[in-house]
Amino acid sequence: MIGNTEKSEVKVDEQKNYVEVKKLTKKFDTIIAVNDVDLTIKKGEIFALLGSSGCGKSTLLRMLAGLETPTSGHVFIDGKEMGSIPPFKRPVNMMFQSYALFPHMTVEQNVAFGLKQDKVPKNQIRDKVSEVLKLVEMSPYAKRKSHQLSGGQMQRVALARILVKSPKLLLLDEPMAALDKKLRTQMQIELVDILEKVGATCIMVTHDQEEAMTMACRIAVMDQGYIIQIGPPSEVYEFPNCRFCAEFIGSVNLIEGKVKDINAETVLIESSIHENNLEIAKTGDCTIGMEVSVALRPEKISVSRDKPEGSVNWVKGKVEDIIYLGGSSTYYVRLPSGKKIIAMQANLKRTIHERPTWEEEIYLSWLSQSGVILTS
Amino acid sequence: MRAKLENTLKKIIPRGRSIVIAIPFAWMILFFLIPFAFVLKISFAELQLAIPPFTALTKLIEESLHIKLNLGNYLFLLQDPLYINAYISSVKFAFVSTMLCLLIGYPMAYAISKSSPNIRNILLMLIVLPSWTEFLIRIYAWIGILKNNGILNNFLLWLGVIDEPLVILNTNIAVYIGIVYGYLPFMILPLYTNLTKHDDTLLEAAYDLGCPPWKSFLTITLPLSFAGIVAGCMLVFIPAVGEFVIPELLGGSETLMIGKVLWQEFFNNRDWPVASAVAIIMLIILAVPLAIFHHFQAKETL
Amino acid sequence: MRRKLSHRLILFLSIGYAFLYLPIIILIVYSFNESRLVTVWAGFSTKWYGELLKDQGILDAVWMSLRIAFLTAWVATFLGAIAGQVMARFGRFRFHSGFASTITAPLVMPEVITGLSLLLLFVSMETMIGWPEGRGMLTIWISHVTFATAFVAVIVSSRLREMDISIEEAAMDLGAHPFKVFFVITIPIIMPALISGWLLSFTLSMDSLVITSFVAGPASTTLPMKVFSSVRMGVSPKINAVATFIVLFATVIVVTSSVMTIRQDKKKQREIQAAMKENLGK
Repeated sequence: MIGNTEKSEVKVDEQKNYVEVKKLTKKFDTIIAVNDVDLTIKKGEIFALLGSSGCGKSTLLRMLAGLETPTSGHVFIDGKEMGSIPPFKRPVNMMFQSYALFPHMTVEQNVAFGLKQDKVPKNQIRDKVSEVLKLVEMSPYAKRKSHQLSGGQMQRVALARILVKSPKLLLLDEPMAALDKKLRTQMQIELVDILEKVGATCIMVTHDQEEAMTMACRIAVMDQGYIIQIGPPSEVYEFPNCRFCAEFIGSVNLIEGKVKDINAETVLIESSIHENNLEIAKTGDCTIGMEVSVALRPEKISVSRDKPEGSVNWVKGKVEDIIYLGGSSTYYVRLPSGKKIIAMQANLKRTIHERPTWEEEIYLSWLSQSGVILTS
Repeated sequence: MRAKLENTLKKIIPRGRSIVIAIPFAWMILFFLIPFAFVLKISFAELQLAIPPFTALTKLIEESLHIKLNLGNYLFLLQDPLYINAYISSVKFAFVSTMLCLLIGYPMAYAISKSSPNIRNILLMLIVLPSWTEFLIRIYAWIGILKNNGILNNFLLWLGVIDEPLVILNTNIAVYIGIVYGYLPFMILPLYTNLTKHDDTLLEAAYDLGCPPWKSFLTITLPLSFAGIVAGCMLVFIPAVGEFVIPELLGGSETLMIGKVLWQEFFNNRDWPVASAVAIIMLIILAVPLAIFHHFQAKETL
Repeated sequence: MRRKLSHRLILFLSIGYAFLYLPIIILIVYSFNESRLVTVWAGFSTKWYGELLKDQGILDAVWMSLRIAFLTAWVATFLGAIAGQVMARFGRFRFHSGFASTITAPLVMPEVITGLSLLLLFVSMETMIGWPEGRGMLTIWISHVTFATAFVAVIVSSRLREMDISIEEAAMDLGAHPFKVFFVITIPIIMPALISGWLLSFTLSMDSLVITSFVAGPASTTLPMKVFSSVRMGVSPKINAVATFIVLFATVIVVTSSVMTIRQDKKKQREIQAAMKENLGK
């Protein structure tokens, strides 16, 4: 598997459910850390479990590794039930948040450790270790001990240590948490490159939405032990299925309202922010009279000094605050109803005079496809 | 009982683990817990001139088992003021010495934890060193110092502070000196471990918020070191209650400590049942401090 | 940032250390006294050391103590290492707190109680099953292992609590059986704690007086018992000479192990700094 760069192998195998999690639950005394979780992961996929701390994502990962015993439910890897197979016999390897390099061994010995446990012949161990160290660009540091490495180097060794075993499933627990911010972005891309190069199937845990979106093919958002939404990053961002997801990933304006009428392609919603009904593209099921929220991303709202022509969805408000971020500016706009709306606008013009300013009355408008109706 | 225990263990944990747990646990149960059962048993026995010097509790008379519990030893202890006074004065000795250790040990532990890392290691080593030196020897050292014609008296006479030697050895003062001296390291070590874990920025934040250093100490450092204080106090108090070597070597005829009483009952009077009863009552007195110690031990490792 | 120690604290610290060390220093100084009277200085002499080496009783006691201490140290370290592992790592089993209490109780239990209870156990066992036969080295050794194990367990468990548990999990994840993890990963990492546990067990065994007096037979006299019986007779320069050896012994052990740890820490610090510099240079 190492060094196998053929494109056909890299592709996500759409047919096969390589990893299957069924009704997995873990209770610690009275706390339910993981609650009835179902997941399927395809071969070659990089999958992210995203959630705030204590949402159960690490417990789920540890159950896949065999480090925690599930209270109930099943885990299948490549069609085989994991049941009570202990961690040291599972075809699964984990990269720990602290990297957990063995402090009394060199980089080389760390990487060889897993192969030694499998009783791989010595000369093969040597070849495989040097191959994988080359892959992660750590060959010059083979004789060093872990305290002589920088954070980024430790991460590479930790990765090499599990890659060399060619596990069926790689588990990454907060892979970037121990690195500083600048290094993080660089390593995210490098890590994905390496994982794709060897065609590894991988589940990572993170609390950082940017990291999940940069690295993963699909994301599962977790909260209080439940998986709330699963989908590719763009889907989770553009079409959140509930208020929690919308608020957890990126920033969002939530406008409360009531369904007034349902047309062929749009839904009319009565809200307190404007006398006109909002017109939002129809997604999912909603019935007339239902209380709903409309989720609207700030960057999908356009800001203008003149009343927008031909737009159904518009409101007027006063600029209360402006945050200048260079490439864009964020406007905090107070509507007459008292509601505050956040809008983001790319700074296409250079001077301040060409952009709205404090206390100015402006118009906010958006397309009907920009909003998402949330029923829960 | 062993089989039952093993069965229960087997039920709740995987087998490999239970074997691992069983090895040291079995040793400690056999050689630390079960012995207390024998102490309890023999405390209800009667003294007799034989080997071993006590009567059996159980007898088979006409195929029925008779158990004879003799409460005489306990009645004897509770009626003789010597024993009651010995218990009371042991607790007093231990309590006062513990407080003295705390008064001396806390500032020392605090100073060590605040010194620069290089010096800190050396200072800490110098605290550990006496606790690795034989206790008996360190107590013995005080005899030569406190004697009537000892070094302290000679020094004070030479200075002219006193005209005739002070009688210190074989008094209660000498016992206090001995206990404080002997147990001081056991007070300092847990306190240091606790204090060194404190985040210095807490104090800086307090100063920044306008709290003067002495007040910051009282409102921040002291409450945070509570667990260390309790651990240190228990490490001194509990063994000091049963102390034998110090009252034996430094104390006088007025010094009454229960550890010494137990020793005399056992070795001099060869009255094993009474010695056992003395030990059982001492254990009852120490039950609460022991429980506190274990409660805090869970939080505070030494 | 650490503030400089105030003068008051430095003064207090000095007095504290003087209190701890003056008696020991005086003890050593007077072991070189010519006179039999310990308190009157009559000139430098090493004659008491000569007398000490001629005293067969003391030498026998030393030999007895050394043998017991050596045997105690190995077994206590073995049992204590496992017990420490259980205390620090086996978090979820029903008797956990009972286990921890049982292991650590000997730390504080008054020695007269432990000594008496062990003796009564040995006597009762002998009448019931005929073992252990009489009292001597075996019973002393068992007693010493019992309390030394408690100390080793505490040292090991506190070291393990500092250690990142995911290191052991990683080894298991990479295919090592838990027993193998313990031997290949845990033991090498906690080796310094095991060494100091071994040394402490050895010293504790060498020093034990009260418990040993209870469980020793007539034929087995250890060094502390010998010293104690002489001390009861009064102060003598010969005892000072013995004490000097004991202090020297403890000093060598403690200083060597401290220096070793300090050196290792410094070396590691230097290597970390070198690695950091190199990374910045890139």
